Amino acid sequence: MPQFDTTYFASQLFWLYASFIVLFILLSVFALPKIGGVLEERQKRIAGDLDKAAQLKHEAEAAIAAYEKALAESRAQAHKIMQDNAKAIAEAADARNKAIGDKLAKQIKEGEGRILAAKDEALGHIREISTELVRASVEKLTGQSVDDAQAEAAVTAALGGKA
Amino acid sequence: MANPVEQFKIEPIVPLEIGGVNVSFTNSSLFMVVAVVLATAFLTLSVKGRALVPGRWQSMAELMYEFVANMIRDNVGTEGRKYFPFVFTLFMFVLFGNLLGMIPYTFTYTSHIAVTFGLAIVIFIGVTIIGFARHGTHYLRMFFPHGAPLATAIILVPIELISYCSRPFSLAIRLFANMTVGHIILKVMAGFIIMLGIAGIAPMVFLGGVTVLEFGIALLQAYVFTILTCIYLHDAIHMH
Repeated sequence: MPQFDTTYFASQLFWLYASFIVLFILLSVFALPKIGGVLEERQKRIAGDLDKAAQLKHEAEAAIAAYEKALAESRAQAHKIMQDNAKAIAEAADARNKAIGDKLAKQIKEGEGRILAAKDEALGHIREISTELVRASVEKLTGQSVDDAQAEAAVTAALGGKA
Repeated sequence: MANPVEQFKIEPIVPLEIGGVNVSFTNSSLFMVVAVVLATAFLTLSVKGRALVPGRWQSMAELMYEFVANMIRDNVGTEGRKYFPFVFTLFMFVLFGNLLGMIPYTFTYTSHIAVTFGLAIVIFIGVTIIGFARHGTHYLRMFFPHGAPLATAIILVPIELISYCSRPFSLAIRLFANMTVGHIILKVMAGFIIMLGIAGIAPMVFLGGVTVLEFGIALLQAYVFTILTCIYLHDAIHMH
């Protein structure tokens, strides 16, 4: 087998070490730093992008929190305004109700007074009218004339002795 | 039928002699130079664009880089980082030697024991130097494991010593034998195809399968050679 022919052993070793050293220098000086740099660059870029994404997410979350806070504040304010308005309206309505009620009560009282006066007056005339009615009725029915005193006595008796 | 071992014959291209030693530039040397040029071209041109999203070639170069880097990290640890350029060069040199040999009419320099042993002995000596540099004479504990009874030293030390010293041989012979046998099988099969005429279709199908297998072996042996180097480095740095 040519593998065991020692003629070219020295040549093989010489060229092996020569080419190996050349390859070693070429790779460690040119190729490997370049490939390592590319890989590192990509790693950095990915890490940077991830950082940026995290930062943007953080910012978005802060914006959402601020928005929600503003919303809650506005809601609270709107609620307060509504409450204030409702209270003011209720107070105004109460005041008006009271004024009208007072006015009405006064009018009712006046009216009652007038009714009472009218009643008293009417009642006062009842005896007169009744006496007159009795006299006229008796005269018409019996043809006899009745004097006022007699008629009045009869009316008084009919009204229960009340004068 | 051509002699199946003729493909391993070394032919001088430029006869050369330095200090009385024959260092002729041969077909073996030619393919070493080709491997160096191709490996360098592949690893520099592919990342020329420095693309953020790699293309086909850049992906392959990055894959090789990360493959070897992970191999060192997993088998040697972080102290292995400084040996990365050497291990990577070793992987590329053996891989390109094996793969170039799969092209018809090329010469497979990794099929020669002189080359594989030349690599293995450098690794062996280097690892031993690293071991002694890191641990001093304590590195000799490699040959006598902790906790073993002292009486067993008489058996254990020679065994460990032999196993340690046989590393370069197993490393060299494994690669050399795999490459040689694979190429002989391919050659013999190819010879059968010619001999059998129309019936040669059967060995041709077989040859197709073996060729695929040989590509697998070319990759696997480069990997095995490199990972064993990593394991030896690990032993030298951390001991057992």
